[in-house]
Amino acid sequence: MVQDVAQTDEIIDKYKGDKSSLIQVLLDIQHENRWLPRDALMQASQRLGIPLSQIYHIATFYKAFSLTPRGRHSVSVCLGTACQVRGAPRLLDRVTEKLEIKPGETSDDMRFSLETVNCLGCCALGPVMVVDEEYHSSPSRKELDEIADTCE
Amino acid sequence: MGRLNSAADLENLRQEILAKRDPNKPCVTICSGTGCHAYGSEKVAEAFVANIQSNGLQEKVDIRRTGCHGFCEKGTLVVIFPEEICYLRVRSDDVPEIVSTTLVEKKVVDRLLYEDDDGQKIAHESEIPFYKHQSRVIFGNNRLIDPTNIEDYITLGGYAALAKALLEMTPEEVMEEVKESNLRGRGGGGFPAGRKWETTRDAPGERKYVIVNADEGDPGAYMDRSLLEGNPHSVLEGLIIGAYAIGSHEGFIYVRQEYPLAVGNLNIALEQARELGLLGSDILGSGFNFDVKIHRGAGAFVSGESSALMTAIEGRVGEPRPKYIRTAVSGIWDRPSNLNNVETWANVPLIINNGAEWFTNIGTEGSKGTKIFSLVGKVKNTGLVEVPMGMTLREVIYDIGGGIPDGKKFKAVQTGGPSGGVIPDKFLNLPVDFDELTKVGSMMGSGGMIVMDEDTCMVDVARYFINFLAGESCGKCLPCREGIYQMLKVLNRICEGESSEEDFKLLDEIPEVLGDSALCALGQTACNPVLSTLRYFRDEYEAHIMKKQCPAGVCKALINYWIEPEKCQACMICLRNCPVGAIDGGKNLIHIIDQEKCTKCGTCLEVCPARFGAITVLSGVEVPEFVAQGTEVVRG
Repeated sequence: MVQDVAQTDEIIDKYKGDKSSLIQVLLDIQHENRWLPRDALMQASQRLGIPLSQIYHIATFYKAFSLTPRGRHSVSVCLGTACQVRGAPRLLDRVTEKLEIKPGETSDDMRFSLETVNCLGCCALGPVMVVDEEYHSSPSRKELDEIADTCE
Repeated sequence: MGRLNSAADLENLRQEILAKRDPNKPCVTICSGTGCHAYGSEKVAEAFVANIQSNGLQEKVDIRRTGCHGFCEKGTLVVIFPEEICYLRVRSDDVPEIVSTTLVEKKVVDRLLYEDDDGQKIAHESEIPFYKHQSRVIFGNNRLIDPTNIEDYITLGGYAALAKALLEMTPEEVMEEVKESNLRGRGGGGFPAGRKWETTRDAPGERKYVIVNADEGDPGAYMDRSLLEGNPHSVLEGLIIGAYAIGSHEGFIYVRQEYPLAVGNLNIALEQARELGLLGSDILGSGFNFDVKIHRGAGAFVSGESSALMTAIEGRVGEPRPKYIRTAVSGIWDRPSNLNNVETWANVPLIINNGAEWFTNIGTEGSKGTKIFSLVGKVKNTGLVEVPMGMTLREVIYDIGGGIPDGKKFKAVQTGGPSGGVIPDKFLNLPVDFDELTKVGSMMGSGGMIVMDEDTCMVDVARYFINFLAGESCGKCLPCREGIYQMLKVLNRICEGESSEEDFKLLDEIPEVLGDSALCALGQTACNPVLSTLRYFRDEYEAHIMKKQCPAGVCKALINYWIEPEKCQACMICLRNCPVGAIDGGKNLIHIIDQEKCTKCGTCLEVCPARFGAITVLSGVEVPEFVAQGTEVVRG
């Protein structure tokens, strides 16, 4: 996967090359690419004058960042307390079985990435799963099959 | 709209907006908060736009997408003004009927109204029991405001408190008012906000910062999110007033990137405030300068801790530091920095407008004002509720929350997030405030209130929180990094039936060491969920450890699913749905679960029709073996 040099430059320019904006820059790079390509991190390191090691410190500390390419469809299962008491672990079992990947993993065909999150703020729907910003309330096995079929 | 240079300009603008608006003109408000959005509120809103247009009503009816109304259980919520007719669970298919019946014929659509336990329909939002028992002084405006339109906020008297503070009061007077109100931090600590402000104001150094902490990380809590998304100007107004009192000219709003709508609405709010001269230089012609930057958090629970949050704003890894010197004195770039939670800031304009005395008339002796809670879990009316401090847990859970669904029994309510604890039924009459909750071993925290019923295993709850914290510990200090991990190992052993009585000793020792030696509050309080479940539900721990039994039937290693032969109607539903083919049987033959194959996923229990209720969860007992394969079902 080739990263877009001009795009990364544009992001850094938006923050006027300010060192303290590093986390914001990384968030934008992550948003554009769905992961942090090494070349983009090196570019940020040079432009902002921050050692690459320090950038990796941040990139590995926060949950929002991924150092490997992410799948085309993002699947999140909420493990907030409300979802937990309403059966989120069982939902997560169903989802991992269906996608054949564990939380934090991406399928070999790059179709899905699975994550767990802590509270999405829609506890009334719990246990909840989000696929590409679509919310699904406690989907059954059959519904999971249907949802997966809509994802190319 | 031009720049506002005085209080009179602000009032004139308000009058101008009011003159443009006819209070009797029907207005359809559609809750577009996170919960309703997930239910499809945008589709509902689009349907209203289309249907109002096709009925030729676009000039006669306003449509407003508002922030969260709070009654998330019944989303999408639609309220039609001026009559305040409240429709629940609205789907886009319902919209044509609402438009033709309510907007054209001026009649109510009965089937979409709230129905109480006696079958009585309630048309007005404020008369629905969920709302009736609340005091929504902070959260109530959400339903009246389009958060992307500053005019809506100004019509309701928005920024009048800012004008009053900047133009009629000295910074000292503002400070005194807030101190007198005894406003305590809503983020969890409960520290008096006025005293914190004073520390920052008096700290040496020219440049000082004020910060909104919107890194709401407690799982199961989302009131800050809904407030920021639904009424961002109320938080911003409070922040500017605080900055004036403290003598700060730069502010930060630290908000989780997981809340994209909050970030978006905040950006719009800042832009609109700047255009009107409510933010930036010479605010309202007062000579006071102040501006704000938004910092998006990248997902780390520990970064909500004040020193960690400030380090993150500097662009470094958001880890906490020892606070020998408080952040109020030495925070961002070692400069005095005052941090308050979203809800705390939103209280400030109310205190300035109504006075400290008004504020101290609400609440209890030690805890003044109202508090927003997210009432979630095993409760009928899931949602956000705002109540005066001192209301009892029973009133919140039963009168507002409607009690426990499906006829189940209440077991406990968890408050305070991962640093809090569980409160059993014997304390249901406890008034909710900062001090009372602490007395029973829990805490107010940021306002999460997770209701648990008899099907919740308390050891599993403790393990859930410890597992969460083990993942969130930043690893900087050893006691937290290793201590929480060891605690998790103990709890895993207990839940998996591999523990011995020796583990009770560890359950006592680890929290003590962590409490004494961890660097920040995350580690120091990490064991609270264990301590409080142990305090009130020791019998459940004993059952797990001594009898290898999970009384609530949750811990997989300790349970078996079993089909009661007398109840099985051989309907084939569980058999077909079992993902591992562990159920034997056939038409008219009693179904049997092959315990060797069963993965205990619980699917059979979920799909077995309630009228049969043939699946039983067994724990601590042998699975009975008295039905031979191929036994025919007996139908009575």
